[in-house]
Amino acid sequence: MTMSLFDIAGRAMSAQLVRLNSSASNLANAGAVAGSQEAAYKSLKPVFQTVYEGQTGRATVGVVGVVQANAAPQRRHEPGHPLADAQGYVHVAAVDANAELVEIVETSRQYRNNIEVLETAKSLTLETLRLGR
Amino acid sequence: MDRLDRFFGVHGSALTLRSERMGLLASNIANAATPGYKARDLDFQALVSERQGPALSTTDSRHFAAPAAQEGPRIRYRVPVQPSLDGNTVELATEQLQFAETALRYRSSLSILSGRISSLTTALKGE
Repeated sequence: MTMSLFDIAGRAMSAQLVRLNSSASNLANAGAVAGSQEAAYKSLKPVFQTVYEGQTGRATVGVVGVVQANAAPQRRHEPGHPLADAQGYVHVAAVDANAELVEIVETSRQYRNNIEVLETAKSLTLETLRLGR
Repeated sequence: MDRLDRFFGVHGSALTLRSERMGLLASNIANAATPGYKARDLDFQALVSERQGPALSTTDSRHFAAPAAQEGPRIRYRVPVQPSLDGNTVELATEQLQFAETALRYRSSLSILSGRISSLTTALKGE
């Protein structure tokens, strides 16, 4: 059973959805504060990997995992904050909101491209089925 | 059978080749965000001339058998206009353009084939 156009585009769409979800989580947690460096939110990044299909040369994409980016959370001196540590610091989540927004735009564009592939594949398959009628 | 094949011409195998190519282009579009992925495409010109060229036949016992068509060199890496820093060479504009063109050509092969089929049906029915 070879990989069809539907498999290729479908798996790519689910990978892009994972990417969109992690960007949305990052954006939702932008500006969130925590009492320690360990507890602070760290932005999530999905890791994409090409999944090849033997001899045919076709390939799709899979998500190997979602990793935490190693940017250090920002330290802010705010002694009045209820979550402040002994020195009076709070730790702000290391999320670059601009970068996440760009990521979301790019993800949605690539998701849409895969939908186009699906639509074309579907209409061509239907036309081929109708051949000779 | 041979005559029927000749009647349909190259369009039957053109359909197969075009769907093969669309698979590769869809793979490129799917991997638009994968670091290190290299965009690939079929060498279509070579493939068409290969299918149209005269078949080699062994008429003497000392003749070598014609080498089987190789799978490797038919698929080529695309030369990117501007590769991105993560090593990905997929350029969505190019891929979408090629995909749309291939879909259109697939459709034109389909309509030629269905025209031939309907003229064949007319001839069979004698109407």
